[in-house]
Amino acid sequence: MAIATESEFHVLAVDDSIIDRKLIERLLKTSSYQVTTVDSGSKALQFLGFHEDEESNQNQPSVSPMIHREVQVNLIITDYCMPGMTGYDLLKKIKESSSLRNIPVVIMSSENVPSRINRCLEEGAEEFFLKPVRLSDVNKLKPHMVKAKAKDHQEPAKQGPEGSETPEVQSVQPQQTPAQSSNKRKAIEEGISQERTRPRYSGLTVI
Amino acid sequence: MEVGQLQRKFVDYTASLFCEGFLDEQFTQLQQLQDESNPDFVVEVVSLFFEDTEKLLNDLTRALDQQSVDFKKVDAHVHQLKGSSSSIGAQRVRNACIAFRNFCEEQNTDACSKCLLQVKQEYSLVKNKLDTLFRLEQQIVEAGGAVPMVG
Repeated sequence: MAIATESEFHVLAVDDSIIDRKLIERLLKTSSYQVTTVDSGSKALQFLGFHEDEESNQNQPSVSPMIHREVQVNLIITDYCMPGMTGYDLLKKIKESSSLRNIPVVIMSSENVPSRINRCLEEGAEEFFLKPVRLSDVNKLKPHMVKAKAKDHQEPAKQGPEGSETPEVQSVQPQQTPAQSSNKRKAIEEGISQERTRPRYSGLTVI
Repeated sequence: MEVGQLQRKFVDYTASLFCEGFLDEQFTQLQQLQDESNPDFVVEVVSLFFEDTEKLLNDLTRALDQQSVDFKKVDAHVHQLKGSSSSIGAQRVRNACIAFRNFCEEQNTDACSKCLLQVKQEYSLVKNKLDTLFRLEQQIVEAGGAVPMVG
């Protein structure tokens, strides 16, 4: 029975800042995810194999994204403020796409604007992280990917040996890889952090 | 200087940077992301920050030098600098950017020019400090020691 492990998860990170791309990449790799970074929403859609004309074909049932792309992406984490296509625009396009809408999307922003946060959550973002993003934020990603993967496996068209797999409810404990053992203190902190002076919005997920 | 002395110097110097507000908690986060498989992570990110900032400061100087200042553009640059300085923990640069953005909103060219000067000063200071810090690290490694984890 296949149990989802981090190395099976591929995260697509979108940010126009080269510094933030490097940071998010390191955070995700430290958590043992496969990572691809791109610097714009349009490049993200390109990578996801998004074809505007295909999306209007409503004959397709909502099926697993796997058959529409060679590369599978388990989660998209995107900056909000980007020139051209904002993170919100990208989120909308993904949620409007029959092949991409099941991919969980997380938004990051350096600005704490409640109306912005609410808009993103209402549009279907799973989480909204305030920058700078930390390991404790990245630790919140796994449940979303596990849930999405389980959902994929339960699609009728895709029923196979894995169809009987019930989603393993993982406690949100970070994997203790050697790289993280020195981060124990930080990594274990969940949600509320004493040194934070600004509120963190964790979306609607019950932790 | 022998390893122990160098290490003590490193610890004291790092502590002073935090004390004086040049660096904040985010820099510690960066240090914690560095390990044997990514031993140069902090230097790499900070180098990217230096490159990015120098370009932004040039862009800002040019933008404020125009006959008719495009404050939207100026604000966009400052926003970017605020973000990147925040991402590496360069607290004083970040704070200078916050003040700068307020004057962009007011479309006050003079005040913006003063802010730019301030940002340049803070950047120059933190760059010197970090260069010194990295040099100390290098000396420790060359002397055969391990770089202490601070914070």
